[in-house]
Amino acid sequence: MRLSCTVNGMPQQVDDVWEGESLLYVLRERMGLPGSKNACEQGECGSCTVYLDGVPVCACLVAAGQAQGREVGTVEGLAPAGELHPVQQAFLEAGAVQCGFCTPGLLVATDDLVTRSRAEGRKPADAEIREALAGNLCRCTGYEKILDAVRLAADRMAGDPR
Amino acid sequence: MSTPTRTPSGAPSHLSGAGGRVGDDAARPDGVLKVRGEFAYGSDLWMDDMLWGVTLRSPHPYARIRSIDIGGALAVPGVHAVLTSDDVPGEKVYGLELADQPVLALDVVRYQGEPVALVAADHPDTARRAAARIVVDYDVWEPVTDARVALGHPTWNQLHDAPAEVTELSRESANLHPHGNLVRHLKVRRGDPEPTADVVVVGEYEVGMQDQAFLGPESGLAVPGEDGGVDLYVATQWLHVDQRQICAALGLPPEKVRLTLAGVGGAFGGREDLSMHVHACLLALHTGRPVKMSYNREESFFGHVHRHPATMRYEHGATRDGDLVYVRATIYFDGGAYASSTPAVVGNGGTMGIGPYVVPHVHVDCYGAYTNNPPCGAMRGFGSVQTAFAYESQMDALAAELGMDPVDLRCRNAMEQGSEAITGQVVDSPAPVVELLRRLEAMPLPPEVPTGDDVDLRDMPGGVSNTTHGEGVRRGVGYAVAYKNVAFSEGFDDYSTARVRLEVVGGEAVATVHTAAAEVGQGLVTVEQQIARTELGVDRVTVHPKDTAVGSAGSTSASRQTYVTGGAVKAACEAVRARVLERAQAVVGRPVADLRLDGGKVVSDLEGVALPLADVLGDEVVEETLEWRHRPTEAVDPETGQGFAHVQYAFSAHRAVVDVDTELGLVKVVEMACTQDVGRAINPQAVIGQIQGGTAQGLGLAVMEEILVRDGRVQNPSFTDYLIPTVLDMPPMRVEILEYADPHAPYGLRGVGEAPNISSGPAVLAAIRQATGLPLTRVPVRPEHLTGT
Repeated sequence: MRLSCTVNGMPQQVDDVWEGESLLYVLRERMGLPGSKNACEQGECGSCTVYLDGVPVCACLVAAGQAQGREVGTVEGLAPAGELHPVQQAFLEAGAVQCGFCTPGLLVATDDLVTRSRAEGRKPADAEIREALAGNLCRCTGYEKILDAVRLAADRMAGDPR
Repeated sequence: MSTPTRTPSGAPSHLSGAGGRVGDDAARPDGVLKVRGEFAYGSDLWMDDMLWGVTLRSPHPYARIRSIDIGGALAVPGVHAVLTSDDVPGEKVYGLELADQPVLALDVVRYQGEPVALVAADHPDTARRAAARIVVDYDVWEPVTDARVALGHPTWNQLHDAPAEVTELSRESANLHPHGNLVRHLKVRRGDPEPTADVVVVGEYEVGMQDQAFLGPESGLAVPGEDGGVDLYVATQWLHVDQRQICAALGLPPEKVRLTLAGVGGAFGGREDLSMHVHACLLALHTGRPVKMSYNREESFFGHVHRHPATMRYEHGATRDGDLVYVRATIYFDGGAYASSTPAVVGNGGTMGIGPYVVPHVHVDCYGAYTNNPPCGAMRGFGSVQTAFAYESQMDALAAELGMDPVDLRCRNAMEQGSEAITGQVVDSPAPVVELLRRLEAMPLPPEVPTGDDVDLRDMPGGVSNTTHGEGVRRGVGYAVAYKNVAFSEGFDDYSTARVRLEVVGGEAVATVHTAAAEVGQGLVTVEQQIARTELGVDRVTVHPKDTAVGSAGSTSASRQTYVTGGAVKAACEAVRARVLERAQAVVGRPVADLRLDGGKVVSDLEGVALPLADVLGDEVVEETLEWRHRPTEAVDPETGQGFAHVQYAFSAHRAVVDVDTELGLVKVVEMACTQDVGRAINPQAVIGQIQGGTAQGLGLAVMEEILVRDGRVQNPSFTDYLIPTVLDMPPMRVEILEYADPHAPYGLRGVGEAPNISSGPAVLAAIRQATGLPLTRVPVRPEHLTGT
């Protein structure tokens, strides 16, 4: 089948997609966007988290055909080329990246949390951060530095008028 | 040779980063790529004309193969190759320490998930559908699933109830391998063989099978070369030990089997053995096309070794005052179907099996056995995690028996510098066991269990499941201390190779560090840069891709790479520096002894001269390659276990605070605190990251992580059913780092990664025990252990 959708603001069209393929497979293997990761492919680890029409989803659980005509946002689209998004910068500074396999999914989930909180004019509390990231497994860090990174990003973005 | 196209800026390319010397929180050179999603992990590699390889695995834990019919698979359109053991051109069995594992099943399969056949096709689902059409006729045998039964040893119950009755394995298939079911038996004998003591405590303990659960699946891409060889890009822990085994299986010399490290999504020991390495190479050589293999999560659970489950019986004798008199321990590690690194795991389990304590009389028997359970091998903590649960539980039991404080009892018997380990080896560098424990004690405790209107469900055991508002919740605090050997032991020739080059690029002196040491997430690439900056006084340091074009770095395991490859990089930098200063002395007019490299300059403090390094180097490229070894260790005596077995020890201690809903058996870990001596923190931020991550994996084993195996079959090969800690399971952590230099080690450093993984779980177990008053002799602790239901 043919799939047309918008990915990171750019129209994309791919042919010969088998109906059994997931959005994750199409992003990674047909669109050249391997940033979203394939750690479990069963919706448990969150490493493939992408935006679908602005809502975070596990791309491995979305059939490719469900993305037809919709807007997909991946880690590759968080910041313009050559720049880093405040969440990306915070993860680096806080030491929240070790092997990095969980990082793309966590960045999207964090961006979603911090963006929602900022829209409400506040910063997320620790308990709220933990709930928001509970669907993203990390095996390297024990999560402490990820929490540090989210707090850092939230602090910086709170003062950012964007 | 063509290289994978999806590596323009990913893993197998040169990494460079900003500043940071030894002791700084230097930034990872691969960090920006990782946060942009541009870092190329093994599963991201891609070439235009590549095929996908999949593995057909045995559904049976033990069976003879009568026949394999691949016709149905070959008939599927899009399939390019279907291979069995007949297609393995070289040695058909491989192994890390003992070659006993078939590349593809020969006549017998010995565990569920053993690879039987391979398929390459133009789409992964085509390959999977084709693999399902391979017909294998099995004669299914009854599996051997208990290590003690496999060895013909009595079970604990048989010891208690009917000492004479031992389970007999009389059937023909009872021995898994021609050499029997014993992989290794390590004995430690020290002091009086029949000691007596005022107070004796006996305990029997069991540790379940833990999985490394790295997030990046086993994956790689094999590219056939024009010379009849193959280039393999793979996520692994030790390129050269892979190369040796792949060469043997393919019947090719090392120059025709070239490995490059692909991006590695965590390892923790699970990538020390081969997984898809030989398989992808076989398919690539057979089809003449690049072949990618990437396991899904279920296959990953069958595709790598796990942590050995253990059953252990300990007897501790002490004086009324609390001085340890003797320890007798019998330890069984279930190695599963193939040896993997079981011999070394047994070595660690035995030689450090009573913990960081001084005991005059010791009698340890440590066994590793073959069974038809999943193969077990390396996982972070390597043989020391299991015994720590037992010996630390024993210390708590002994303290209770003596009416002593558990920390006081530990401190009273703690190892210190100058102590003799149970191997007779004198501990010849700092061993601050007492200080680690006392510092933990001095840390403030978290607030009491919240009650009444203050309750936030998210702080309760069970969380927002709304299972308790504090009723039935008991608080417990537990301590544990552990130690672990750093680097390879027992006489292993443990070395690393480093190539360091200094040259002028764009008017600036630039260093390049080339080692084969696998970066698996821990940050070795950062450490390599920090060392080169420190030793050569330059800012720009490039880390060359990790490959087999340079000599072996040894394994990224045993907490050894910062020590051993760090040592090699330091030594190679020193050799480069010596040549540069030699060259500089003519220019500056001062002897080498008065010169140093700093800030991109050759500096003479006496003369107050600073000459740009670029001017001194000119067109000269100064390059040195050398092998570096830590001081040698020796094999232990086979009858007594005595000997200088270990080059260095790492020490850590934990305090765990837990809340337990005693009615439902739910545990909430409230806080973890850790103290660790790291000798010298080369990169403090990364050191703390290792401690926090290791703590999480230890907590996981204590309360949730177990591969459930029934009759040799894995019951939970998914992240739905095999649970690892989420951010909701992990509490806030306090970490204190001590830096007592080890005079034998580069910069005085100590290996860091494993120790916190060892002391964490026993502290959690002790805390749950204190909260509930239950003996709790098995981990992971499950709700039914706490409720008795």
